[in-house]
Amino acid sequence: MRTSSGDVRSSVRAHASIRTELLSGGGTRLETLRSDPPLTLRQTGPGVVHLVSTAAGPLGGDRLRLDIDVAPGTMLDIRSIASTLVLPGPFAEDSVMVVNARVGAGASLRFAPEPTVLAAGCSHRVAVRLSLARDATVFWREEIVFGRHGERPGRCRSRFDAVVDGMPLLRQELVVGDPASDGSPAMYGTARCVGSTLVAGRGATGTALGETTRETTREATEDATRRGHAEAVRTGKAVGRAVLRDGCAVLPLAGPGVLVSVLADDAVQLRERLEWGEALAAPGGVAPAFPSGQR
Amino acid sequence: MHAALLLLADSRLPAGGHAHSGGAEEAVRAGTVTGPDDLARFLRGRLATAGLVAAALAAAACELGSAAVDTSERVDGDAGTGEGDPAMLPWRRLDAEADARTASPAQREAARTQGRLLVRTARRIWPSPALESLARAVPDGAHHPVALGATAAAAGCDPGQAALAAAYWSVTGPATAAVRLLGLDPVAVHRLLADLAPSLGATARAARTALHTWTADPGAPWTTNPDVPWTADPDDRRASSPDIGRATDPDLIGVEFMSDACWAALPATTAPALDLLAESHLRAETRLFVS
Repeated sequence: MRTSSGDVRSSVRAHASIRTELLSGGGTRLETLRSDPPLTLRQTGPGVVHLVSTAAGPLGGDRLRLDIDVAPGTMLDIRSIASTLVLPGPFAEDSVMVVNARVGAGASLRFAPEPTVLAAGCSHRVAVRLSLARDATVFWREEIVFGRHGERPGRCRSRFDAVVDGMPLLRQELVVGDPASDGSPAMYGTARCVGSTLVAGRGATGTALGETTRETTREATEDATRRGHAEAVRTGKAVGRAVLRDGCAVLPLAGPGVLVSVLADDAVQLRERLEWGEALAAPGGVAPAFPSGQR
Repeated sequence: MHAALLLLADSRLPAGGHAHSGGAEEAVRAGTVTGPDDLARFLRGRLATAGLVAAALAAAACELGSAAVDTSERVDGDAGTGEGDPAMLPWRRLDAEADARTASPAQREAARTQGRLLVRTARRIWPSPALESLARAVPDGAHHPVALGATAAAAGCDPGQAALAAAYWSVTGPATAAVRLLGLDPVAVHRLLADLAPSLGATARAARTALHTWTADPGAPWTTNPDVPWTADPDDRRASSPDIGRATDPDLIGVEFMSDACWAALPATTAPALDLLAESHLRAETRLFVS
């Protein structure tokens, strides 16, 4: 594969990791910040890390892995400098991106990189495995663009699993570019972009969405779900109703979280719609909610 | 072919399935399904997402239900009755897996309504400890695929048949609804379903396979069908050891038998448009179908 700079590179294995540590004064320190090109990490502020891609791709054959460990009581904000362009490799191999994130008790993680663009011919797999302590907070945004301008996208499967205190909160897998379901009005219709933001834990609710997602212990969640459902059956009205606007749904989950789900025609519209839904899903904002004095 | 499977999949089974269009009514209203071609694409997308997930959950529920039936036969019909019935825990856990795969509250409600009606009906048609323990464990109604799998177990079907019934349900309801909503030629629509038949079988096989094979290696090769599930929880060591959870002690069957890790990795293919359709359908002023 010839990259934009004209180099030819072979496929890479990279394993980067970030681990936070609670300072005695209550602040967050990055205990580990291990880059592994092309996954390059830069600290750009207190508890803020930017992902800087230092090579084209990922390309087919690349296996990238990022481990994130947010220690109890700490806060981490992960962003990226630019969008990720997934390209085919020299051989017919998938590119793979795995993100394992663990968020401890009272900790908060915001993960909002720029979009992933699926270039023609790519074959990409993503797995995000998010494990939350029951009073952890998370804001996790994922944006996928179906090809560059005027281009048909390659293929992608993106699996997302979020577990809170051992109980499943959200499991979903987006499949893009499968000829069997391409253009289905049940999946993406005519949209060129799909995105979602999971807001979970403290702050993951809103007056617009009712009460069902506010309680965060496992028992309380199950109870609330059962009560909420029983009430829905009795009154015929949904408890914790979704909020809807063109191409955007703010969906209270059965567990302690809200999913903003968006379909859009382009990346600008995708971000606008997501931000509209995120404001409803987390009216007070979630991470980074740095207490004054920590910056 | 088990004859009970025919009864289970029959639209004349009095379990209220005819009242749901699976998003088809709203898609017709929104103008994204206008004729047989759109409908075919709608059904293929639905089968690849909601259909595959339903098939996998139904297969899991059928396996769990069959274990409940076996256990009760071994201990002479006493399947346990109180709150402490150990068989209730795995039903709740499987139902929670269905919840986690259904982000839309409107879809969760529709799934529970259909599941509740199905269990109510099935308990009279195929009395079984599987259905009794499910009804006790999730009294407000389990998700429809879970109820369908339990019903399949009660009727004597195997998990692969339960998966096939779920895949069939995922497209026949919307197809029939579209015939009524758009005034389509019923024969032409049944032709679409006949064309989908191989995919129904493939979906059921993929669901069945997903129940017993999962990979801890997310770099495993691309496959579209059968689905290759992911290990969901990196901390869950059990995920990498398929033998764990295969309890043989009858007291443990139904508790540890279906390991959480196994269910965690079941397919979770998502259809964002179906979520949007389900929510906007709730807000529609006139509705022929419940969902």
